[in-house]
Amino acid sequence: MAQLNLVDAINRALREELEADPSVLLLGEDVGKEGGVFRVTEGLQQAFGEERVIDTPLAESGIVGVAFGMALLGLRPVAELQFMGFLPPALDQIISHIGRIRNRSRGEYTAPMVIRMPYGGGIHAPEHHSESNEAILAHIPGIKVVIPSTPADALGLLKCAIRDPDPVLFLEPKRIYRAVKGEVPDGEHLVPLGRARLVRPGRDVTLVAWGAMVREAEKAAEELAGEGVEAEIIDPRTVSPLDVEAIIASVKKTGRCVVVHEAPRTCGLGAEISALLMEEALLQLRAPVVRVTGFDTVMPLPKGEHFYLPDVLRIVRAVQKTMSF
Amino acid sequence: MQFSDFDPLKGKCLQVLAPDGEVDPKLLPDFDDDTLRTVFRHMLAARLVDRHCMALQREGRLGTYPPLEGQEACQVGSALALAETDWIVPSFRELAATLVRGVPLETILLYWMGNEEGSRIPRRFRLLPVSIPVGTHTLHAVGIAMALRYRQEEGAVVCYFGDGATSEGDFHEAMTFAGVRRAPVVFFCQNNAWAISVPRNIQCAAESLAVKGVGYGMPGIQIDGNDPFAVFLATRMALERARAGSGPTFIEAVTYRLGPHTTSDDPSRYREDAEVEKMRALEPLVRYRCFLEKRGLWSQAWEDDLVRELEGWIEEAVRQAEVHPGPGPQDVFDHMFAELPPHLARQRAELLAALAGEG
Repeated sequence: MAQLNLVDAINRALREELEADPSVLLLGEDVGKEGGVFRVTEGLQQAFGEERVIDTPLAESGIVGVAFGMALLGLRPVAELQFMGFLPPALDQIISHIGRIRNRSRGEYTAPMVIRMPYGGGIHAPEHHSESNEAILAHIPGIKVVIPSTPADALGLLKCAIRDPDPVLFLEPKRIYRAVKGEVPDGEHLVPLGRARLVRPGRDVTLVAWGAMVREAEKAAEELAGEGVEAEIIDPRTVSPLDVEAIIASVKKTGRCVVVHEAPRTCGLGAEISALLMEEALLQLRAPVVRVTGFDTVMPLPKGEHFYLPDVLRIVRAVQKTMSF
Repeated sequence: MQFSDFDPLKGKCLQVLAPDGEVDPKLLPDFDDDTLRTVFRHMLAARLVDRHCMALQREGRLGTYPPLEGQEACQVGSALALAETDWIVPSFRELAATLVRGVPLETILLYWMGNEEGSRIPRRFRLLPVSIPVGTHTLHAVGIAMALRYRQEEGAVVCYFGDGATSEGDFHEAMTFAGVRRAPVVFFCQNNAWAISVPRNIQCAAESLAVKGVGYGMPGIQIDGNDPFAVFLATRMALERARAGSGPTFIEAVTYRLGPHTTSDDPSRYREDAEVEKMRALEPLVRYRCFLEKRGLWSQAWEDDLVRELEGWIEEAVRQAEVHPGPGPQDVFDHMFAELPPHLARQRAELLAALAGEG
């Protein structure tokens, strides 16, 4: 078992898939010679050449649209967008073409491609560098949306995303790129898409969190344990399609649910999870589902981002509220 | 002088002030001695502020910062060609143009310190806040230009962006709109040779970026971007064209980013130090100092006095920015809408209660 951080694990996944399959190639801004602005693609152009690890012009719609064209011919491109804040120019390609091609061509054409990007706040980054737009993506038909929260998951999920027959958006929580180290199995390690991870078992309340929020939920659970509240934490790992069964099973056991996400509240995934629980576990619920989320505001600049991001204080308060309902 | 004298398709490039400080007297703008010295003062002020910002970032007193060192002539020369009624639509590296416009330095510093108050730039400056998404703002410049014409207001628009932005779709849409609508806008491309790690020849296969004007029905001109006179002349001519209703112009100012893309970037990973050293000899302050000295307008003592004065101004602005109280939790909500909608009022109350430890 190797101890890796998230960046190393993603790099390893890319390296292994490049080695295993000549149809895999990478493209994006500064991914080659520079090795990516977060060094995620470090050393890959040197190892696999400029034809397979392509430094592109500065054009997000271009990167994603070209990758789609490659995928139409059966390649498995992995496109990198430098930050989620620069996703919008590429959304036209994702919404209008990538998510639709299998259906509209009745399966004649498919888009076996991955679009990776760092996302989320908490690193005092400049404007447009801290967004969490996973709910916007989860709302788009025909694409999958994956978010790892540990190095082992990042490795296994990305390898499965690259091998997936359909397009996968792979969101990397940059706040924990290097802040989290974890054991990663040697040899082939795969984590199937669409399956949640039980982060911590507990009997009193279910916390659902993904990305960098898993760590906050874990800290909150520690604090709550001191108060005698045993919180169970579920990390869906794939936010589209969601592992509904895992969430429902946990809430049927605990009777309470708090969803934590950085993204704005309204029409966020917390709303979706809450609706699913209404549909599937109404009679087992002992309190309303509570959401601890970013606000329906513009993501603040660094001086104000601590007000915006869910933290231990807000999670613990929400759990206390649901426990005393 | 006309744009057609400098056809980029024939490899022409406008230069008035050579790297050795010699000028082409036929092209030298009619500046008096005070104005000639003011050009130096503006470039030096930007250089000193820029270096302070780099140092402040290293000390943890400023967030991620994109330095402009090397691009002072591009911005000072062009900003000095503007009338008060003209608009500036910047990207994020236009420190010098912003200072020439008169925006208080403490406001600029607040933005890079991560405080929204740094984007509160009074409308009278006719300068939009920083635009970080690359190339998106080129369309806004065209919209402003079209609105000026529609409202029969005086003025034109200068839009700044880099070589990397010319790859973005929005840039091409902006050029298309401006050409068709004959919008009074000047597309001012600071080609600083590098878009983070991607060099200009990997960004675009064309010999020059100035040739892009042709495809959209507007003149394009390549100029020496380290020569404030060439920058001033080209911008003035483009503005005259715009104000006369003759439409947009594309200016490619060839310059060089001497520093990193931002403080998060390490250029030694993708370019040779030797290249940077070579370009240092061509940077604008070096040649402009030579030029002034040849005219008897520069002495070390004069520059030393100027540096002392500017350092005092910078230190005071840093002090003011650092004593700014910073945003409170309500600032996250209070500027979202003219009237705070009920759901945001609830979220605001919820946060304030959590911070106050109330149930």
